[in-house]
Amino acid sequence: MSSINQYESIPNNVDLSTDKRLQRALEKWQPNFLSWWNDMGPEGFQKDQIYLRTAISADTEGWAHFDYVKMPDYRWGIFLTDPEPDRRIGFGDSYGQPVWQQVPGELRSQLKRLIVTQGDTEPASVEQQRLLGNICPSLYDLRNLFQVNVEEGRHLWAMVYLLHSYFGSDGREEAEGLLERRSGNPDKPRILGAFNEPISDWLSFYMFTYFTDRDGKYQLLSLAESSFDPLSRTCKFMLTEEAHHMFVGETGVMRVIQRACDLMKQGDDVRKLGGIDLPLLQRYLNRWYTVSLDLFGGEESSNAALYFGSGMKGRAYEKQYEDHVALDGTYAIPAPGADGVTTRDVPMRNAMNVVLRDAYSEDSQRGVDRWNKCIRENGIDFELKLPSPAFHRAIGLCAHMPFDPSGRLLNQAEFDRRKYEFLPSPEDEAYVASLMHGVYEPGKIANWIAPPTKGIKDKPFEFEYVRREAH
Amino acid sequence: METNQSHHVAAPEPIRFETDPSRYRHWKLSFDGPIATLAMDTQDDAPLRPGYILKLNSYDLGVDIELADAIQRLRFEHPEVRCLVVTSGKDRIFCAGANIPMLGSSSHAFKVNFCKYTNETRLYLEDLVASSGIPTLCAVNGICAGGGYELALACERILLVDDGNAAVSLPETPLLGVLPGTGGLTRVIDKRKIRRDRADVFSTLAEGIRGRRAEEWGLVDRVIPRSGWAEALAAEAARMAATATRRAEGLPLLLPPLGGSVESERIAHRHVTLEIDAARRVATIGMQGPSAEEPTDAAAMRERGADLWALRAFRELDDVLLHLRFNHETIGVLLLETAGEVEAVLRADRALLAAAAHGGFAAEVLGLMRRVLKRLDQTARSCFAIVKPGSCFAGSLFELALAADRSYALADPDQPLAIALSPLNDGALPMATGLSRLDARFYGEPSRAASARAHRGTWDAEQAYQAGLVTFAPDDIDWDDEVRIAIEERVSISPDALTGMEANLRWPGPETMETRIFGRLSAWQNWIFTRPNSTGERGALTLYGRPERPEFDWRRT
Ligand SMILES: [Fe+2]
Ligand SMILES: [Fe+2]
Repeated sequence: MSSINQYESIPNNVDLSTDKRLQRALEKWQPNFLSWWNDMGPEGFQKDQIYLRTAISADTEGWAHFDYVKMPDYRWGIFLTDPEPDRRIGFGDSYGQPVWQQVPGELRSQLKRLIVTQGDTEPASVEQQRLLGNICPSLYDLRNLFQVNVEEGRHLWAMVYLLHSYFGSDGREEAEGLLERRSGNPDKPRILGAFNEPISDWLSFYMFTYFTDRDGKYQLLSLAESSFDPLSRTCKFMLTEEAHHMFVGETGVMRVIQRACDLMKQGDDVRKLGGIDLPLLQRYLNRWYTVSLDLFGGEESSNAALYFGSGMKGRAYEKQYEDHVALDGTYAIPAPGADGVTTRDVPMRNAMNVVLRDAYSEDSQRGVDRWNKCIRENGIDFELKLPSPAFHRAIGLCAHMPFDPSGRLLNQAEFDRRKYEFLPSPEDEAYVASLMHGVYEPGKIANWIAPPTKGIKDKPFEFEYVRREAH
Repeated sequence: METNQSHHVAAPEPIRFETDPSRYRHWKLSFDGPIATLAMDTQDDAPLRPGYILKLNSYDLGVDIELADAIQRLRFEHPEVRCLVVTSGKDRIFCAGANIPMLGSSSHAFKVNFCKYTNETRLYLEDLVASSGIPTLCAVNGICAGGGYELALACERILLVDDGNAAVSLPETPLLGVLPGTGGLTRVIDKRKIRRDRADVFSTLAEGIRGRRAEEWGLVDRVIPRSGWAEALAAEAARMAATATRRAEGLPLLLPPLGGSVESERIAHRHVTLEIDAARRVATIGMQGPSAEEPTDAAAMRERGADLWALRAFRELDDVLLHLRFNHETIGVLLLETAGEVEAVLRADRALLAAAAHGGFAAEVLGLMRRVLKRLDQTARSCFAIVKPGSCFAGSLFELALAADRSYALADPDQPLAIALSPLNDGALPMATGLSRLDARFYGEPSRAASARAHRGTWDAEQAYQAGLVTFAPDDIDWDDEVRIAIEERVSISPDALTGMEANLRWPGPETMETRIFGRLSAWQNWIFTRPNSTGERGALTLYGRPERPEFDWRRT
């Protein structure tokens, strides 16, 4: 077990105190991070006391320490899971050789790109969510939002640690770049398209944490397999935090469903009663699931083949596969056919994006099944469905083609006419926006969502998760 | 990558080079007052040959044929244009360069010809500024890799959007194991004059360089934030248009299709024919000189328009040269013949030169002749000029004989022939070196060039031989055998060695950026293309996009 040096200005379990060069680099970066947090972090709550979980060590007991803290005082630190002795490369052309403790020169720029792309999503999501505190449905939810936000901040730290430690002056420059880009700013946008759309209501926030954070989970799972050991250990630790973000998403959607079902028992028109109807929920699901699919990249990808072959990025849970070299064999990827989706076989390595994406879809389905179980148990005849991977795509073989959610290819005119059967309409969005009002009284909750079945760390729902500064 | 099968296995339909804007599939040519915009927007599923998709604005020969056509038409058909903006019609993607699966699945000969053609087209873009006075502005609005950046380099000025993502790069060496062979390496140091140590860094950095650093290093002229992009681009284009030196007298002139009879083995245009003798591996280009009625005053010449002999004949010559290059790879010897009145050529030349002094139409015709003759210089076939009675190797058509590797003139006292120079031989039609072909011919004996220019009247075969204007002047008894043996001997020699030998002998004199592109850059590229490290079974180009990774033979050569 490694312990954290609490006396350093930057909490860590990477012996930062013995590496003066790295420490100086990080100490220089830290004030810039804080000023980014103050500019772009949650707006209006920086002085409040939040009941947050802070990682104080990397083992099972230590990584979840709960206490009140002001967000700017949150101790963002650097934690890697403990090294695995004699760890070997688990896949690709160098299968079975010792993992790398330093970056191989020939893979330097690609590895840097992978880390920067992952790292960029962390501050991006904080920026996307910065106004949500003002319209939170309860203090419990507000606290969860901030928990997610500070941990995304820590994930940024984790990636910056790698950039500073292993990528020299280029890495330092990229670390600055992570603080300079801004979600939605046309002049310095975040790298991935989906991270430039604001998240302006809580239904979107739950969908985002369910579907988009789950993309994060799968990217991290694949990077946790990386032959570059520091990246692998960093990502493994991040996964423990990511699980909570998806929990916020899954239970959030579940509570919206529960409330809709409760209201349906009171009357037919959920909207009249101030709830979120299930067809609208399906349209939001359609949007967020497909936007998240785009994050996996093109279906047939030479980069994916390179990442796998070179050992930079594996498959989620690589150990479960038999063939870790993956030079033989093909994988069926969805592709547009004459009037719907067909499949096409491509070499396994080139299909790695879809291999990962399919595992993601399966994982996504599990929560959807639980949502549907809840709907059924409420005696309501409605089923939420994940749309076809051909629907509403901006990237890949089906990009910009007029597929409907079932995977049928419509003509463009029909798609345009029926678009808001499939995706949130401006009216849907206006309706959801009309429901969003901040609720800050302990124990109170907005009308459109049910309270959680239990609170945080055995505390009741009524607990004062956020102590608001006198306003 | 779709498939890796060669698309040159079955006898393909011949590639044709004539097109017009109504048939473009990959470029949109639009006009806004004095600003023309050429936007690349490749149609993924419309490659020239099946077997690859043109994703991310990657180009193949079909894309470049349209580009070359558009440049030509801007010169002739759009006198109002005073600035050309080259950009992309796709969001956040400027151009990903030449299509790699296309290159990977092409024969060596096709790759070489493809690169040569694209190099010629880039030079045409530069010539648009130099000879037509139309400044070019490249608006790099997204990813700009490899051939994409080389396209940008061929423009006078490069703007790059600064959105944290758009980068310029030359990833060929680190990623594909080949060179940026469309002038990239040459223009980076010789045109943009980037420090060579930085050029070294840039050319091995697969991800390229973004934003401010791209500007600092001189890779682009200016970076512009996305929010101010449209406005800044419009202002830059307007500023360049305001300083343009374009002269457009006598324009527009629409370029109609040539419409000759085209068969694989024989093309018969109005003034130019191409005959293929596949069995002997010999092709013959016959060029008909102007008629006695060819107009000689500027107004009448303009009246004749696209039917003006000089314009039409050289467009036709261009067409048959390309047909020969791409559709008849095994032809070893190209015979150049002419027929017509020497005096008529000289009259037409003098008239054209006089009219060209005023710019506009005639100057564009002259520019076209110059480019086509350079295309002939660059054609990797052994060229013999066959000068016979009734031929008209005079002035602009004598350039064919000067471009040839050697020339044979029939010395038959019963049927005298005539060779003559015109003012067009004095530097109006320079080679890539900047020298006229006559000065290149007499590179070591400038006095002979001077006395040839001072000569009044024509030369017969024997006189031309004495003056050094032809290589051989066999008499009528020897002629048939001499010529036949010369051809048979020539086609028996290794085609690779001949290409290399000719490329070394054709351009005596100074080096220019253009000669370095075709000489140094292309030659190294063509060598690398044949090496296992790029195109072998485990080569980087072969394996790009495939699941396997390349393996190299580490011996440096
Ligand atoms: Fe994260
Ligand atoms: Fe997350």
